Amino acid sequence: MKPPLLTVTDLKVHFPIRSGVLFDRTVGHVKAVDGVSFELEEGRTLGLVGESGSGKSTTAYAVLQLLRPTSGSVRFAGRELTRLRGEALRRTRREIQIVFQDPYAALDPRMTVGRIVAEPLQAHGLGSRRSRRASVARLLELVGLDGSYANRYPHEFSGGQRQRIGIARALGLNPRLVVCDEPVSALDVSIQAQILNLLKDLQRDLGLTYVFIAHDLAVVRAMSDTIAVMHEGRIVEQGPAERVYTSPQTDYTRALLAAVPVADPERMRRRKRERRRLQPALDAR
Amino acid sequence: MALLEISDLKTHFFTREGVVHAVDGVSLAVEAGSTLGLVGESGCGKSVTALSIMRLLPTPPARIVSGSIRFGGRELTELSERELEDVRGREIGMVFQDPMTALNPTLTIGTQIVEVLQRHLRLDRRAARRRAGELLAEVGIPHAFERLDDYPHRFSGGMRQRVGIAMAIACEPRLLIADEPTTALDVTVQAQVLDLLDDLRRKREMAMLLITHNMGVVAESADDVAVMYAGQIVEQAPTPELFDRPEHPYTEALLSALPDLDDPLARRSRLAAIPGRPPDLVDPPAACRFASRCPYAELGDCCALEPPPLRELRPGHWVRSAHPASERHLAHA
Repeated sequence: MKPPLLTVTDLKVHFPIRSGVLFDRTVGHVKAVDGVSFELEEGRTLGLVGESGSGKSTTAYAVLQLLRPTSGSVRFAGRELTRLRGEALRRTRREIQIVFQDPYAALDPRMTVGRIVAEPLQAHGLGSRRSRRASVARLLELVGLDGSYANRYPHEFSGGQRQRIGIARALGLNPRLVVCDEPVSALDVSIQAQILNLLKDLQRDLGLTYVFIAHDLAVVRAMSDTIAVMHEGRIVEQGPAERVYTSPQTDYTRALLAAVPVADPERMRRRKRERRRLQPALDAR
Repeated sequence: MALLEISDLKTHFFTREGVVHAVDGVSLAVEAGSTLGLVGESGCGKSVTALSIMRLLPTPPARIVSGSIRFGGRELTELSERELEDVRGREIGMVFQDPMTALNPTLTIGTQIVEVLQRHLRLDRRAARRRAGELLAEVGIPHAFERLDDYPHRFSGGMRQRVGIAMAIACEPRLLIADEPTTALDVTVQAQVLDLLDDLRRKREMAMLLITHNMGVVAESADDVAVMYAGQIVEQAPTPELFDRPEHPYTEALLSALPDLDDPLARRSRLAAIPGRPPDLVDPPAACRFASRCPYAELGDCCALEPPPLRELRPGHWVRSAHPASERHLAHA
């Protein structure tokens, strides 16, 4: 059997809490991620779910080494990322890209779409100016945009189109792993479906591996092969998506699933009863 | 007669880029004691409709250009600002998406609720403070009386929304307008806040206009649903009817674009996305506003020529389309 593309073992990210005016001292730690382990095979999607503050995004940032983990291991394609520094880390980063939640905040408003999409290529010294221009056109078309949009600015585009631009930028370096951090949360339902379909198509055509983070459990189900449910910095349940959704093993997962509003008044009534029964599994907040 | 009756409301924004027809002929009714869910995507005009009722839009650029808003037998559009101040907060309460919109960060929540109670109910300080504590307890805030002296930032998002709700219902309004009240909250907290709103509505026999982009939220909480698109209501029906037998192509498309939490095949299938995007409201199409995205609009069809009227297909089920679901098979027969 092929080894997993990504293996995360006992990952911890602790942030110090500092206090004192003159003499800064650490009075404790926030354990944002506290012992997370999972494996992900190439071409598959891991859905990371949980409430805000559960540590989903921090886990993703630690995988990308955008945050250096306090301890634990992140093995990607046979390399231990936590030990990589400098040029070696930079080279590896080409293979791991991220798509952000807010398509309005993630794109520099003063740069043309062409420059935004070409920037990672340029930063890694790939191609000539001319070949980069051709790459930009190809990338824009890959995500369903017109190649001629390269000369325009982000404000000329809708939220859905901006997210496509963000995806085009992430794909420029031919990554193997793409972390999607709430990629459709800021989008309307009709546009959300377009972007989810695009991500599905790209995965199929390019063999991409996704870590897919979202708070909407229906969206995560539509995208994921395996699921990890996070709560207070730990994974409380993980397994094949089918199993987690149809026979959740913990009350926390059950409560989370029962809280999702579904567009069906009949099912909603049943869920409401289930929700009230499971209420104690959630912290009152 | 309904508690709130809006007819042919038009609220436009007069901007440098042109006149934005944000709300363009909206009619709806909220019956006393019941919940009307107003759903639609961003920019469809649902919030502008709510803010028009309360006349909370900045003028200029916004202006109610025509239409009527009748509440409890009175015409709100004809009230002076002074008269309207007695309606806001007293007879109509409002809950916002971000509770900090309604709360002052520099005052304790006790002070703020007391202020509302004194302004409208002429309670003395002591009685008002006692009432404020009771309200916090009623919306489910633990240790309610002790928390009166806390500032808003001391509360979590869900608890802060509960404070916002306590303030909105302080004077026992007959209508509560809730504009995306749970959008900023986690699903677990969202469920609790929706339950709270529903309990309060029943107990106090209050009516509610629930504005949301989330079809699941209306499925759970509303008695009737009105779907908005591009400044107009395109479909309205009792909630079970709307979900079982949607008529408007947009409503159908919106429901099928949603991923289904209970669908075991969801991973392997594609979603039914709606092509294109909503029209520009500076220059909305003269005929059907959904025509450019509608799978049933055909070339040379009436869709591109004249605006479809809002008509009642079945008792209580209104639709604004030339091709509602139940008439489509007739056309091909």
